[in-house]
Amino acid sequence: MSYEIAGETGTWELVIGLEVHAQVVSEAKLFSGARATYGGEPNSQVSLVDAAFPGMLPVINMRCVAQAVRTGLGLEAQVNLVSRFDRKNYFYADLPAGYQISQFAHPIVGAGKIEIELGDGSRREIGVTRLHLEQDAGKSLHDQNPTRSYIDLNRAGVALMEIVSEPDMRSPEEAGAYLRKLRTILRYLGTCDGNMEEGSLRADVNVSVRRAGEAFRTRCEIKNVNSIRYVMQAVEAEARRQVSIWEGGGTVDQETRLFDPQRGQTRPLRTKEDAHDYRYFPDPDLLPLVLEEDWVEALKADLPELPDAKRVRFVSEYGISHYDAGVLVADQATADFYEMVAGGRDGRLAANWVLGDFFAALNRTGRTIADSPVTAAALGGLLDLVADGTINGRIAKDVFEAMVDTGEGAAAVVEARGLRQVVDTGLIDAALEAVLATHADKLTEYRGGKEKLFGFFVGQVIKGMGGKGNPALVNDALRRRLAQ
Amino acid sequence: MSLEPATVRRIAKLARLGIDDAEIAQLQVELGGILGWIEQLSELDVEGVEPISGVGQAALRMRADVVTDGATREAVLSNAPDRAGPFFSVPKVVE
Amino acid sequence: MMLTDLSLAGALRGLERREFSSRELTQAHLEAIEQLNPRLNAFITVTGEQALEAAEAADRTRAGGEAAALTGAPLGIKDLFCTEGVRTTAASRILQNFVPPYESTVTAQLKRDGAVVLGKTNLDEFAMGSSNMNSAYGPVENPWQRRGEVARRVPGGAAGGPPAAVAARLPRGATGTDTGGSIRQPASFCGIVGIKPTYGRCSRWGVVAFASSLDQAGPLARTVEDCAILLGSMAGFDPKDSTSVDRPVPDYRAACGCSVKGLRIGVPVEYRSPGMSAEIEALWRQGVDWLREAGCEIVDVSLPHTKYGLATYYIVAPAECSSNLARYDGVRFGERVEGETLDALYERSRAAGFGPEVRRRILIGTYVLSSGYYDAFYLRAQKVRSLILRDFSEAFQRVDALLTPTAPSAAFAQGEKMDDPVTMYLNDIFTVPASMAGIPGLSVPGGLDEAGLPLGLQLLGRPFDEESLFALGSVLEKAAGFTHLPAVRAGAAS
Repeated sequence: MSYEIAGETGTWELVIGLEVHAQVVSEAKLFSGARATYGGEPNSQVSLVDAAFPGMLPVINMRCVAQAVRTGLGLEAQVNLVSRFDRKNYFYADLPAGYQISQFAHPIVGAGKIEIELGDGSRREIGVTRLHLEQDAGKSLHDQNPTRSYIDLNRAGVALMEIVSEPDMRSPEEAGAYLRKLRTILRYLGTCDGNMEEGSLRADVNVSVRRAGEAFRTRCEIKNVNSIRYVMQAVEAEARRQVSIWEGGGTVDQETRLFDPQRGQTRPLRTKEDAHDYRYFPDPDLLPLVLEEDWVEALKADLPELPDAKRVRFVSEYGISHYDAGVLVADQATADFYEMVAGGRDGRLAANWVLGDFFAALNRTGRTIADSPVTAAALGGLLDLVADGTINGRIAKDVFEAMVDTGEGAAAVVEARGLRQVVDTGLIDAALEAVLATHADKLTEYRGGKEKLFGFFVGQVIKGMGGKGNPALVNDALRRRLAQ
Repeated sequence: MSLEPATVRRIAKLARLGIDDAEIAQLQVELGGILGWIEQLSELDVEGVEPISGVGQAALRMRADVVTDGATREAVLSNAPDRAGPFFSVPKVVE
Repeated sequence: MMLTDLSLAGALRGLERREFSSRELTQAHLEAIEQLNPRLNAFITVTGEQALEAAEAADRTRAGGEAAALTGAPLGIKDLFCTEGVRTTAASRILQNFVPPYESTVTAQLKRDGAVVLGKTNLDEFAMGSSNMNSAYGPVENPWQRRGEVARRVPGGAAGGPPAAVAARLPRGATGTDTGGSIRQPASFCGIVGIKPTYGRCSRWGVVAFASSLDQAGPLARTVEDCAILLGSMAGFDPKDSTSVDRPVPDYRAACGCSVKGLRIGVPVEYRSPGMSAEIEALWRQGVDWLREAGCEIVDVSLPHTKYGLATYYIVAPAECSSNLARYDGVRFGERVEGETLDALYERSRAAGFGPEVRRRILIGTYVLSSGYYDAFYLRAQKVRSLILRDFSEAFQRVDALLTPTAPSAAFAQGEKMDDPVTMYLNDIFTVPASMAGIPGLSVPGGLDEAGLPLGLQLLGRPFDEESLFALGSVLEKAAGFTHLPAVRAGAAS
């Protein structure tokens, strides 16, 4: 189903492309030995190279290169064995050298693709144009002093991957799905932590609108959007703005804008429009980056299983639905947790538990898988108790809640609370007789042909046994008794 | 060859070099003279020649991903013309 | 003979034999600097106290029997090399108070080998120039004068300080950097020896960058052997410089005096420019004869793109410099002129901090990289550079080294050639092509012109074949028997 904006003069199609900046997971920066991790006191993770002192020179970090290659491989993209670094020249307070080292003409990774899935279950392939390595800039703090901006260079020189998509997306939902899927892939690969709040993942969103069948119209770039929700909102707000301009007889100017989430609007960047002439040229401090084919192959052989492949495997290996598999693989920790629970057990039952009670418990307690009170092994233990008949499914829910509250294992909870299911037929028969005696009227109705009351009796018997009656045995006993 | 005053101003702006109006005329001539002289390269046929940006071009050497540097705040700030605590300070930038 | 008259090798021998101490030697040089620097202006900063301390430490080292290659040798360091705790200006106002918290690899290696640093020598601002008239700390005077004239002459550039100082015997030797001829041309103007090694031979780490793909450090000294000794300490692989080449440093000193018999020497016909003076042409011919007499085979070769070297250089070098000098913005170090806005701060700081030649080059570099001009200028220059490199590669398939004059003239007077930047640029016509190709070049004094000013001969070699240049340079040096002395020098009555 295609997404359109209904204007006053007809409907409009959206054209969206994303440039995502993903901070590379590494210990040290792209071209210096300073620490690359988030946080740290201001200017405490800055080498003289990062601060661009006279005579300082860049030397490239191999891990950052490997991470870019791995990401390229994860996006099924062309890895370029020869790439090179260019200087992008512009002046800014948090750009110490007056240029950013980036890859302009010859990126390390070429065309690739990402498959997204939409709410209605339909799937689309979004083209990835290229991926290149570049340096992050520092940070300007504007709120510390009324007349000054303060500069912190901790981020300056940290490795970024810029991942550029084709203008293939047509709705806010697709943009959101693309970004979510890209983040999942990056996290699986361990090449970017995907943390948008800390700025590890930022998106520049290119938006234009057009009439169906038209060529592209002028686009605007919305810079540095830092959540998936905002990306979707920004797309919609910007598209509506452009539609009203075109419909009012105006023209959209190509410009860079910012998204204001409070107002739900985009606004132009207040930087002067004079000087976007970046004067790219090959960085003479750096030689071409030449990769050995064997090295790339070794990185490829070492890639983890990625979400799409894992999803297919979950469906075939555990017999779960495609939908459930999709939910489970969206987050690697969830997928790993699920596999630990499902391994050697009933895969569907495991999926039901993980997606049902387990997620509900995490939501309720505000925990994550990492600090969940119930480990995968513990949940597996609970499933084992159900499978071997120690407890029934109904009691299992109570046991699970107790496990969440106490952090104890399933067996311990069952023992401590005496929740073992009753398999003693004498006790079952006694409970059954009591129920039939209490509900003599119902028994008469049953015998009169109202056979669906059978379930009612089963429930009453189990309830009468404090929930611990083995449902199968109760069923058998009841069937025998009623057949008399 | 002489450069237009607007061109001189544009490249000076790109290079963030403050230039007085009084300097423009001289720069037009000087820069125009240099550019006119280097334009002699246009007489060469360079069709099909591979450009080089340096010499002895081997491959880039890579270093290990180890933190070896950066806990050097005092050194980094030691030459700052205007320092505000742990920061460099500049006139307020409006985005 | 005065202590300051000794060659570096001679001084090291004297130190070895305990004929004098490093302290005495250093003291003698410091006195010479005190006496002559007010006139020559070869040093921007003199570090007398540190020098004496280092000399005393060197004496103790020698007393302990652990002398290294340069223990106790007093040197001048071009003020483009960052020196820890010692002001480093690049002869620019913008760095007038810059004190690096680090030491360049090259100077660290010299100090490792026991060198005593007398101070930081003058140069054209950011090494841009051919006359050393472009220093924010005033021009340097060439210690040589035309016979019977008092007009002060330029020492050449960009680094006029090191050769002027060495020629006047202020230090024993000095470091230079050569981007388009800044070691070789001033060495020629000042009657001393200088070598620009192969690009990648000496680390660029900690050297204020002018044009990164061309900049290369090298020594200046009074003899070929002295240069060999110094280069032995300066050269070597540095993992902090991605363009540094990882190969062993040969024994350059041993190469001096090696036989050159059978070496094939190319004489590039294109260097015989129409305007070349008869004296320079005669010296060149003389040089050819000397090498022939030493057993070399002389071959005419062609380097067809020679005439385009300069124009190519004046695109590539300004382009790189416009980017390299963007970091001097008044924010993290260097001089600042406050402004209402960040851009005003940049523009004022850079306008006040850079001199006219640096500004011109930044503007030219910005222009040739800018949108719409990149292909016509910068990209074309990269292609011509490729052709220049090919010229040399092809020539070196036929010959082992090339012999040319170092500069098209002797030292000119201060104030000459200042009206038109291009006239000044033409000084580098013979030195620039080797810089573009990254090959090593050595300048040796060959004789004097009619007026008594020194003229140099240039030897160019294959990449990393500095040894042949030292061997051939020694032959020329010996044949020329260059014993002339400049008018202004330590110990001369002035």
